[in-house]
Amino acid sequence: MSAVALRRLAALVLRQFYLLRSSVSRIVPLFVWVLIDILLWGFITRYLNTVSGSGVNFVPVLLGAALLWDFNTRVMHGVSMAFLEDVWARNFVNLFATPLRIGEYLGGLVISSIATSALGLAVMLVAATSIFGLSFAALGVMLVPFLLVLLMFGIALGIVGTAFVLRLGPAAEWFIWPLPAVISPFAGVFYPVATLPAWMQGIAHALPPSYVFEGMRRIVTGGTFAPVTLAWATLLAALYIALACWLFARVHAHVVRTGLLARYTSESVS
Amino acid sequence: MTAPASPAAPVLAVRDLRKVYAETIAVDGVSFDVGPKEIVGLLGPNGAGKTTAINMVLGVLAPTTGSIRIEDIDLAAHRSRALARTNFAAVYAPLPGNLTVAQNLRVFALLYGVTRIAERIEELLADFDLRPFRDTKCGVLSSGEQTRVGLAKAMLNRPNLLLLDEPTASLDPATARDIRARIKAFVAAGTGGVLWTSHNMYEVEEVCDRVLFLSHGRVLLEGDPRALPGEHGKRTLEELFITVAREPLTLDLA
Repeated sequence: MSAVALRRLAALVLRQFYLLRSSVSRIVPLFVWVLIDILLWGFITRYLNTVSGSGVNFVPVLLGAALLWDFNTRVMHGVSMAFLEDVWARNFVNLFATPLRIGEYLGGLVISSIATSALGLAVMLVAATSIFGLSFAALGVMLVPFLLVLLMFGIALGIVGTAFVLRLGPAAEWFIWPLPAVISPFAGVFYPVATLPAWMQGIAHALPPSYVFEGMRRIVTGGTFAPVTLAWATLLAALYIALACWLFARVHAHVVRTGLLARYTSESVS
Repeated sequence: MTAPASPAAPVLAVRDLRKVYAETIAVDGVSFDVGPKEIVGLLGPNGAGKTTAINMVLGVLAPTTGSIRIEDIDLAAHRSRALARTNFAAVYAPLPGNLTVAQNLRVFALLYGVTRIAERIEELLADFDLRPFRDTKCGVLSSGEQTRVGLAKAMLNRPNLLLLDEPTASLDPATARDIRARIKAFVAAGTGGVLWTSHNMYEVEEVCDRVLFLSHGRVLLEGDPRALPGEHGKRTLEELFITVAREPLTLDLA
């Protein structure tokens, strides 16, 4: 990547930094929702530990899963939020009339998201370990590839969400927020994929996070997890990122051709 | 690889530009050049196709057919390289209101690959009387102040092609006169050209070396804004404008 391209990436990240620095309403959600999720799932797991009598420790199984899924969601929302800032500020003509390339624009959204979701992850880890005694020690080094797969899938989801809003107009913003919730039943976040009916299992196998949560459960319950499965999940997540970037580029070409980009308003479906 | 433009080559060369939306022809086979040190006025009534043409030159709208070359660089094939030499200001594209003036200028300076950014921002804040608003969010500025910020952004990279879509529309007469003088000085000092749209015919006569009258997406007239009215039996440019807008068929276009 050239120095000029790096400067353009830096411009996009700097813009997000300026916005975050000056706005409490942007900073607080980075921490508050993840903290609420950790508290909610933390107390649920404590309760289940006291009533189940099964000997299974629900803290790493459920709270750990909630934390990892929240990380995936934060990454997705981070990409979307950085994009929506341009929607809300009606900045598309200013931005896309510069030498900025589409790949650089997406790169800027992704780097901004990694920075904000890393902050959220840190808060979740501190809260989950200090309040509920969650330890990822059992996962060991596998935690790193688990987080990598979820990061990559979150990026892909975020880019897909932004492509939809770019194509359908600002009113389609609602589409972005529930997307992780729609996917979570299929991804086997809180239960084994084998619990699902056959047709849902088929979808689960196409979703990289399902391999992460299957692997996590196996490891914390003393089983083993083949690295090749994780390699497949990583490859699958990389494929989703490539497809998401292709979709965004196609949508961008469409809105430039039809004039939707130049006249980006609240209802621009055509 | 395109050859570098020669000194006499136009900074903007538009050929047979056409934009069709479903059944509406917004721009219909327009061709024109903007030369170095030249200010070209793009005139016409609302809906004539001026902003559509400018959006195509800015790369935010794809032409249906035709070509756009900026300093001999094909915009369709080398978009990023062509746009690095361009900038624009338009009343419908204010800078993000949630960033301060200095923050916006810094972000766009990075996007346009400007070097010695701090120094350039200081120059522009002084040139456009924006120093008191350096740390003010753009969203709370008056429309005239926002226009000046937009113009400062447009000058960041010392563009060789400057596109101005009604740049003085929301300015008071004194500020508008200052802005016109700054833009004329900018053109005189460099080698760039300007494509300027305005509904203020006094302004057009004052700043433009040449004008193009657009009507229904076509160039109806082209020439010196001071000579054109007389050539078509009109007393003023405004009178000519009104005729182009309302009764284009009555014009002698021979």
